[in-house]
Amino acid sequence: MFDQLDLTKLIFGRLTWEAIPLHEPILLATFAAVVLGGIALVGALSYFKLWGYLWREWFTSIDHKKIGIMYCILGLVMLLRGFADALMMRLQQAMAFGDQLGYLPPHHYDQIFTAHGVIMIFFVAMPLVTGLMNYVVPLQIGARDVAFPFLNNFSFWMTTSGAALVMMSLFVGEFARTGWLAYPPLSGIINSPDVGVDYYIWSLQLAGVGTLLSGINLLATIVKMRVPGMSMMRMPVFTWTALCTNVLIVAAFPVLTAVLGMLSLDRYVGSNFFTTEFGGNAMMYVNLIWIWGHPEVYILILPLFGVFSEVVATYSRKRLFGYSSMVYATLAITILSYLVWLHHFFTMGSGASVNSFFGITTMIISIPTGAKIFNWLFTMYRGRITFDVPMMWTIGFMVTFVIGGMTGVLLAVPPADFVLHNSLFLIAHFHNVIIGGVLFGLFAGITYWFPKAFGYKLDPFWGKCSFWFWLIGFYLAFMPLYVLGFMGVTRRVSHFEDPSLQIWFQIAAFGAVLIALGIASMIIQFVVSYIRRESLRDTTGDPWDGRTLEWSTSSPPPDYNFAFTPVVHDSDAWWDMKKNGYVRPQSGFLPIHMPKNTAAGVVIAAICTVCGFALIWHMWALAVLSFVVTIATVIIHSFNYKRDYHIPADQVLRTENERTRLLAIHA
Amino acid sequence: MRNPTAPLPSPAIATAGTAPPQAAAHPSARYYLTHEHHPANSTLLGFWLYLMSDCLVFACLFAAYAVLGRSYAAGPSGADLFDLPLVAVNTSLLLLSSITYGFAMLEMQKNKLRPVLIWLGITGLLGAGFIGLELYEFMHLIHEGAGPQRSAFLTSFFALVGTHGLHVTFGIVWLVTLMFQLKRHGLGLENRRRLMCLSMFWHFLDVVWIGVFTFVYLMGVLP
Amino acid sequence: MSAPTDHKASAHDAHGQHNDHDDHGHEDGGASHSTLKGYVTGFILAVLLTAIPFWLVMGKVFPSSSVTAMVLLGFAAVQIVVHMIYFLHMNTRSEGGWSLLALLFTLVIVVITLSGSIWVMYHMNVNMMPMSIHDMKNMP
Repeated sequence: MFDQLDLTKLIFGRLTWEAIPLHEPILLATFAAVVLGGIALVGALSYFKLWGYLWREWFTSIDHKKIGIMYCILGLVMLLRGFADALMMRLQQAMAFGDQLGYLPPHHYDQIFTAHGVIMIFFVAMPLVTGLMNYVVPLQIGARDVAFPFLNNFSFWMTTSGAALVMMSLFVGEFARTGWLAYPPLSGIINSPDVGVDYYIWSLQLAGVGTLLSGINLLATIVKMRVPGMSMMRMPVFTWTALCTNVLIVAAFPVLTAVLGMLSLDRYVGSNFFTTEFGGNAMMYVNLIWIWGHPEVYILILPLFGVFSEVVATYSRKRLFGYSSMVYATLAITILSYLVWLHHFFTMGSGASVNSFFGITTMIISIPTGAKIFNWLFTMYRGRITFDVPMMWTIGFMVTFVIGGMTGVLLAVPPADFVLHNSLFLIAHFHNVIIGGVLFGLFAGITYWFPKAFGYKLDPFWGKCSFWFWLIGFYLAFMPLYVLGFMGVTRRVSHFEDPSLQIWFQIAAFGAVLIALGIASMIIQFVVSYIRRESLRDTTGDPWDGRTLEWSTSSPPPDYNFAFTPVVHDSDAWWDMKKNGYVRPQSGFLPIHMPKNTAAGVVIAAICTVCGFALIWHMWALAVLSFVVTIATVIIHSFNYKRDYHIPADQVLRTENERTRLLAIHA
Repeated sequence: MRNPTAPLPSPAIATAGTAPPQAAAHPSARYYLTHEHHPANSTLLGFWLYLMSDCLVFACLFAAYAVLGRSYAAGPSGADLFDLPLVAVNTSLLLLSSITYGFAMLEMQKNKLRPVLIWLGITGLLGAGFIGLELYEFMHLIHEGAGPQRSAFLTSFFALVGTHGLHVTFGIVWLVTLMFQLKRHGLGLENRRRLMCLSMFWHFLDVVWIGVFTFVYLMGVLP
Repeated sequence: MSAPTDHKASAHDAHGQHNDHDDHGHEDGGASHSTLKGYVTGFILAVLLTAIPFWLVMGKVFPSSSVTAMVLLGFAAVQIVVHMIYFLHMNTRSEGGWSLLALLFTLVIVVITLSGSIWVMYHMNVNMMPMSIHDMKNMP
């Protein structure tokens, strides 16, 4: 029968006790903190008997609003992990000069910068952006939910699976040491034989499935589920940017799936896509991954351009200037984003003609973005502006993003890029646009739509604290990096010899501390706002005197969003309704057709996580088994034809009457 | 501006059955529908969008083959390895399976369950024949030392053709599942949608195969 | 795209009561009805467009590889269109035009991915792949 050793290998693959990093004090301390925190959380949930509630109302929910909130919670939690990585890097770089080696050996430092990039892009920015779109878009188009509510739930859990695998890599095995894009040959099986790159591959493949399905979902939703009267050119601008973003997702993420699939074939089967021998070509990986990578950064920023359009119009109390040009600019950016990818590897050696083509297209793509900035400025001009916190984030964005964009145009010039590629100048540029654009936009959007989601506003004082800490912290953390980049300092380096550089790194570290205070302020803001929620309560559903349909519902909206399907006659539909003396109906409600909650999403994603873990550790038996069980579960789920129910008319009436009562209090 | 969400002057809370005010008397009525509104079903569009994303996966595999397809690493080339008559048989099987699925769709339109199941079964068998021949081809190549590890050309060949084969396999599993679901639930609306989705999937795989036999096999044997 | 949607919207308004069926006769995504004639025509065309390329290669009809390759790609393109029209019922009305738009957009991206990769990688290979000593000695 089976040799005892072979059976162990079949079950456990290459997983051994050595995988647990008992000799790394930082990891042990983190693990202890996570365990204690976890016990506290689990204990609290059990004590307050919240498991049933969480399972029924949140984990199995197919409601786009709940799923949107869960995405945002995932993103914010992972922000803490990603930012911890950033702080560790800043500390190391501020101290490691000459004989002082710092506290992070290169082996560990390399994992930190890799994890930082992967987490921030895939598990902070993407979930937050997806969460915002998920929450807001159906409300803005007057729909009751997205086109495929079950797939929506499944997508969320697949993203969470990916995040779970990345977090697991902290405590079982290690993460990749290749940078966030894992270029071969470094990421190939010869140079990275350990589990790190496999953790990277499978967490991204799982999350990628979630993102792709979410893209298809939102795209179908926007195309098919707009209310009567809402033609394409009457959609809110945030919905337009969501449309273009999801087009980009559907068109770009398959490329990531294919490339990572090829890399995994190289690692698992010994194929020769990107090897240095037998005809492989590692440059092809770089080419393909950036064909995904450039649209990805537009996926991140376009929804936030939409947020700024909504915020600027609302807080200037004016219709957005140049609606059509905003739409065309967004469409132009969508198409053009596929024509610039080579600017990420000008130095790889494609030569002058290729580099010039892509350099020119890169410069062209900055033009529609510039058009948008002018439109926002013209919207603000002669508006009656209120500087609530979302507007402050927007102003911060406009200044910061423009600077970052300009350094981007500088890098678009191939000869300049030859000097600056992979220097800290590049790092400063992309953090400039991502923090100034994506992050500031996310905070603006979260603050703007928070009252809609939870029924009370966020505390403005702590919001302003967060803003100022982030703004000043950002400039202190990243402007020195521009200087260092010009002076020739390379990225991803954990130790330096030249002492004259140290002051810049120390300023940057101080900036990171300020950002930490900004994050802390935001957490305090959430806590304080919850405690003070009655004094911050929004009873009307329209705390900012908004312009679009989501503000016509209560805060939070009922499960069914709209008791009666709205009919739209103009853009800025809600503003139009208010202007024309719209009065909310209080009778004649009908039963409402809604989809049922389901556990299938959680279950399938959980089994996929097991499968991913098994593949990482070469536990072939478990991998095959969990794969088969996944397919079987999907098939079994497809035999369920009873996926919906009706909310009875009197329940709708009760909900609407409650809203009437709340509105009367305010009046 | 007056808050439009404030309640109407009449304080009585209406019952569910009372009809809301008429459009002519009440201007707000133009802003909402009083009947239940069902948005159009999105399944077919959603599936089409998924197919478009799958196109891009194949595009990447084709791109890899385009770049790596002549990197023989001093090993065998397409001209050495490809058995064009076998490929022709395989192509015929797949093309035939496309039309047999088409016949199934025609029977679906005529609402005839049993013929639908028969044509689906034939389609599945033709698909299985395709996969069988492809597996035979792959085993033969590997046995001759021309497996995916031999060179970048063979890597990209196996990846592209193999991914297509995996898709066909999933299609067959789906087809069998759907046959069971048809027996259980008949030709209702939901099953018709599923048949239409599988139809799109199946024809799409034939479209990709056109690319494969042209670009990989036929052009691969050219000097 | 606004015109057809507007029309649909006002048509919906005019229809009034739809009750429990969440699909109407015309709402099958605008998928055209298949006909036997359509499928058979498509099949015959596909067979021809397959047989000829196989014959061209197996019979070594053209002496030049590049000419053969171009002709093959041409036949493939035509056959793909045949499949799209006769088997996939591609038309401008399906899903209010969105199916065709999605297909065209995907086609554009596929063309960019393929041609872009081939162009870029050709230059990368010429400039960056290992040379023989002889080539290195003859560099300018």
